[in-house]
Amino acid sequence: MTDPALPALIALLLPAGAFVILAVVAPLRRSGRPAAYLSVLFAAGALAAALASLRVASASGGFSSWLWAWIPTEAGPLTSVGVLADGDSALMLVLVALVSFLVQVYSLGYLSDEPAPSLGRYYTYQSLFAFSMMGLVLAPNFVQLFINWELVGLCSYLLIGYWYPRPEAARAAVKAFWITKAGDVGFLIGIVLLWRQAGTFDFLELLSLTESGLMPLAGLGVITFCIYLGASGKSAQFPFHIWLPDAMEGPTPVSALIHAATMVTAGVYLLTRTVWLFRLTPDVMQIIAWNGAFTALLAAVLACVQTDIKRVLAYSTVSQLGYMMAAIGAGFASAGFLHLLTHGIFKALLFLGAGAVIHAVGTNDIFQMGGLGRKMPQTTIVFVVGTLSLAGIPFFGGFFSKEEILGATLAGGFPGPFAMLLVGAFLTAFYMFRVVFITFAGAPAGAHGHEHHPHDAPFSMALPLWILAVLSLGAGILFAFWHPKAEFETLGWLTPTAVLVALAGIALAYLVYQRRVISAESLARAFTPIRVAALRRFWLDDLFAFVYRGLMLTLSRLVGWIDRYLVDGVLNVLSAWTLMAGDRLRHLQSGRAQDYVYGIALGVLLLMLWTRWPR
Amino acid sequence: MPLSAYLTLAAVLFAVGFFGVVTRRNTVGILLGIELMLNAVNINLVAFARYNADIVGMLFTSFTIPITVAEVALGLAIVILMFRMKRTAVADHLDILKG
Repeated sequence: MTDPALPALIALLLPAGAFVILAVVAPLRRSGRPAAYLSVLFAAGALAAALASLRVASASGGFSSWLWAWIPTEAGPLTSVGVLADGDSALMLVLVALVSFLVQVYSLGYLSDEPAPSLGRYYTYQSLFAFSMMGLVLAPNFVQLFINWELVGLCSYLLIGYWYPRPEAARAAVKAFWITKAGDVGFLIGIVLLWRQAGTFDFLELLSLTESGLMPLAGLGVITFCIYLGASGKSAQFPFHIWLPDAMEGPTPVSALIHAATMVTAGVYLLTRTVWLFRLTPDVMQIIAWNGAFTALLAAVLACVQTDIKRVLAYSTVSQLGYMMAAIGAGFASAGFLHLLTHGIFKALLFLGAGAVIHAVGTNDIFQMGGLGRKMPQTTIVFVVGTLSLAGIPFFGGFFSKEEILGATLAGGFPGPFAMLLVGAFLTAFYMFRVVFITFAGAPAGAHGHEHHPHDAPFSMALPLWILAVLSLGAGILFAFWHPKAEFETLGWLTPTAVLVALAGIALAYLVYQRRVISAESLARAFTPIRVAALRRFWLDDLFAFVYRGLMLTLSRLVGWIDRYLVDGVLNVLSAWTLMAGDRLRHLQSGRAQDYVYGIALGVLLLMLWTRWPR
Repeated sequence: MPLSAYLTLAAVLFAVGFFGVVTRRNTVGILLGIELMLNAVNINLVAFARYNADIVGMLFTSFTIPITVAEVALGLAIVILMFRMKRTAVADHLDILKG
């Protein structure tokens, strides 16, 4: 095979097939585990096809597509559906297929207590998600990308609300859906405006327009900003980041797949895929860089005060997405994309590890765990590997890509965001090791009366953890000896600085939560204003609630009043008058034949007068 | 006799018929009035046919006379049926179309 598009197409259609089978054959879906095995089997096939696609794509280079024309018009088809594969999208495809497959295997153990029908439902959604995400990754134009963009949003909604009888889960699902939709409206407007400007949705045609300098620049800033709005809704950038922590109400494997490794990175992927378009509008790039760095810092601060292990990881995801956005905004999309890939692996690892802990202990609160290191040695090892990757320690997955981002912001001429990201890196190391020391080291906090002793996860859950841990470590060691070619000169002092900052964060966490040399209370007191603000999530949720309740509902009431009393009122008056007039005129109809004869005679007389009247 | 004599006769006959239709309470009387009006028209047709020496008017009249007869038969049948159902032949009482 020399065409990477064909295996990519197979990888795309396999989960779609699993979804269709599970959706149509209801007895299979309700049977639970057989449905799960079918879905896992198809996901494994998709992973194999994705790997084949990557092998061909990395050898050939360039774009390869497999398209069908769609929406015929008089001037030819409006757009197309199909796959557009190149090196980057094949890499992303492998990441999606890999994490999707591992999460489905992991869920076999994690959700083993679920009733059979809802397990089947879970795997149906999982297959739909895998198909939608791959379709997004391989989309050849904005139309298919937007359709799949909405489909992954739908899957996210369905899977966050998987335990829908719980009101928090239902609320979180609706919140995630609405807030991402707010960004998606901007995205849709941007796509339509871009079509009016350039006359095409197709990425390759847009790329050739851009490269030949024929793209009209007037008003392009609005378009790219609108597209960025969609990306920031999906990728949880400030101020849309508030949905992601609440999305943790879903099952932990879902958080690992959708809200850490794949769907939330769709925004970053979109910007990477269309970065040539954004390069034409430097103002928007500035916004992306500053907002990304600000999001990274804000979320890192928020993560420091959380006590729910999944929420720490959620804010950490927001923060890392901010890093990627900052790199793209600084003009070096490849650095952001590299961090996307490594982050996808180690953050999935962290979430799945957290899931193993939650599964064993039965609570999300880190202060109720404690001393799990001896009881769950395997989980501890893989979790620490993930944490070191996230903190950016050399020879672990996130080290190289994070340093690349820091270098990119500096090389792009953004010292402000660079400083924010450096502080963010310190906080990242601090809050992650805070979790590690509280959860795995320290004294057991076994006073919460959980009946069975925590132990390592069963095989189906441990296997994905080990695979991801080996990949995180492998990526780190690989990058240490074989650097992907950077687009810019890295300054010599950057590497030691980044490592020192990370080590300082770890050291602070060690002193506070392990040795207890510095008490956590005095640290909290020193940062009281920030801490209070962070505990209230910087009042952003309140602001959104106020905007909704205060402004939206007032506006709605006003519009409702106008509709009810002005618009409807005019119509009601008119119809009442019509009824009244009819009622009055009714009496003309006497029902006597002779009255009608009078009427006819009168009419004839009038006609005669009218025709004979001298003019 | 001049044409105007025939036309005057027809007009008088028409007016008498119209008066009958409008004033009679009994439905049979109304039907009689309608017959008078129809025959007034017939006289007009015949008179103009003679005056213009055009045979078409005569032919037309010879069609209208049987039609008039059929119409009277139908009208009387309706009146009789109406009388059976309503026990009255007075036009003022037959007002089921009253609004």
